[in-house]
Amino acid sequence: MNTEVNFAGIKMKNPVTVASGTFGYGREYSQFFDLSKLGGIITKGTSLKPRDGNKPSRIYETPSGMLNSIGLQNPGVEYFITHDLPWLKTQNVAIIVNACGSTIEDYVELCKILNKTDIDGVELNLSCPNVKAGCLAFGTTYEGVKEVTSKVRKVLDKPLIVKLTPNVTDITLPAKGAEDAGADAVSLINTLLGMSININTRKPYLANNTGGLSGPCVKPVAVRMVYQVSQAVNIPVLGMGGIINGDDAIEFMLAGASAISIGAGNFIDPYTSVNTVKGIEEYMKKHNIENINDIVGKVEMN
Amino acid sequence: MPVQLHAKLIKKEQLKPDIFKFSMSAREIVDIAKPGQFIEIRVTEGIDPFLRRPISIYNMDKENGILEIIFRVQGRGTEILSRKKEEDLIDIVGPLGYGTFKLEEYKNIAILGGGIGVFPLYELAKNASKKITVNTYLGFRNKEAVLLEDEFKEVSNKLVITTDDGSYKVHGFAINELKKDLKENKIDAIFACGPLPLLKAAQNLAKETNIPCQISLEEKMGCGLGVCLGCAVEVVTGGYEHVCKQGPVFDSNKVII
Repeated sequence: MNTEVNFAGIKMKNPVTVASGTFGYGREYSQFFDLSKLGGIITKGTSLKPRDGNKPSRIYETPSGMLNSIGLQNPGVEYFITHDLPWLKTQNVAIIVNACGSTIEDYVELCKILNKTDIDGVELNLSCPNVKAGCLAFGTTYEGVKEVTSKVRKVLDKPLIVKLTPNVTDITLPAKGAEDAGADAVSLINTLLGMSININTRKPYLANNTGGLSGPCVKPVAVRMVYQVSQAVNIPVLGMGGIINGDDAIEFMLAGASAISIGAGNFIDPYTSVNTVKGIEEYMKKHNIENINDIVGKVEMN
Repeated sequence: MPVQLHAKLIKKEQLKPDIFKFSMSAREIVDIAKPGQFIEIRVTEGIDPFLRRPISIYNMDKENGILEIIFRVQGRGTEILSRKKEEDLIDIVGPLGYGTFKLEEYKNIAILGGGIGVFPLYELAKNASKKITVNTYLGFRNKEAVLLEDEFKEVSNKLVITTDDGSYKVHGFAINELKKDLKENKIDAIFACGPLPLLKAAQNLAKETNIPCQISLEEKMGCGLGVCLGCAVEVVTGGYEHVCKQGPVFDSNKVII
């Protein structure tokens, strides 16, 4: 049985990665299991300079999911390189850094720095719904994504994955923007913009009023978008959105994802990601699948 | 280092119509947990409610590996939890929180609790009272809300109970009784947990008197591990720390609440 995948040039033991912002830089979950059991780790969104993030309350539980408005709190790329990367490199797992910025110059500068490190790839965050500048400003259009991605492409030799927002009318357009600018892959979906109101105080629960919705409640939307994007572009798709077990992962792969990420699922059980690896293997056994890559995009539409 | 385990619910008691005490077999957690730490409970195997519920540790029987929590039914998650039966297995991650109550070299401490905030203070009082002098001040809404009086009496050199409406024991706020005693007794440190007004009052008192004060905070929480960065608390040095990671217990001079 072969679960190995080569995702956009990144060699991984299996197609299971953990989504940005749900796994920190790996240390916390390494208390529970050996990180080398995963295909890859996508780090917390990391910016050129440290960011404080948004005012609390930052999270609110919703039916089968949660809203968050963290605001890309992170210690900055230099801190990551000196404090987290050396340790991560000892964990025998692919390291993909989620890179975020406020301006195109930020993204370029950040990726220049990351290009000199021995990480395995970059996930360009053009889709965080919780910060005012950057991200969404570029991420919602074909032109915007193409512009940032092409400028980053010029300074980044490593595999480049562009993370897409679902908060658009047609997600295949920004996906094509990434492809046309030379991205090696796209990842989707980032969170869906949402809001919850406390009916007693008449105020939104989140201090930022709106936040990104994630968890199993978004899964059907994510599966649909992964299918649409994988039909529209020729670069591989990293699928995510509400995956909490092997069956969910297989569903995304059938829809067209070459690899998947566990996001909010990490919060409900520290072992969700490793259990997903096991679940995929069980499915392969049950269905006599020799190579996991054989099921990618094999949905049979009605 | 936190672990995940399925703890057997050995004993369930209903202390009040909406307050439950669970005694669970959780040796691996009890062996390493410290006063002030908490656990996260997944109340259902399904996905709704989605997140774990953070609940503070009330008491630990280290010898027998028994972990006790007391919680109030606040919403659907704790309501589902309250319906668990003896012998049921409870999915726990813990112990969590690196910021624990620290007794340092204190000789005389004051414990200040309000309402359901008294629960995480018990294990601290129990441990401290074996070595040093513990004065405990607990405030409740009214007589019906008073909890754990006998338990705290046993682990305190002095116990003062107050009620907001005067329906039981001293009429008024617990912190005012502590203030009175400060004039006579030497108190090296204050340990507080309770509603926000109580914590703010404790914070102010600490500032005025220069007495070190450790407060246990609450905030809506996701992972409980310091990963999701949801449970942010503003710190005076700028930026945020997190209730689940640097907390739940903070130096009162460090945080903006």
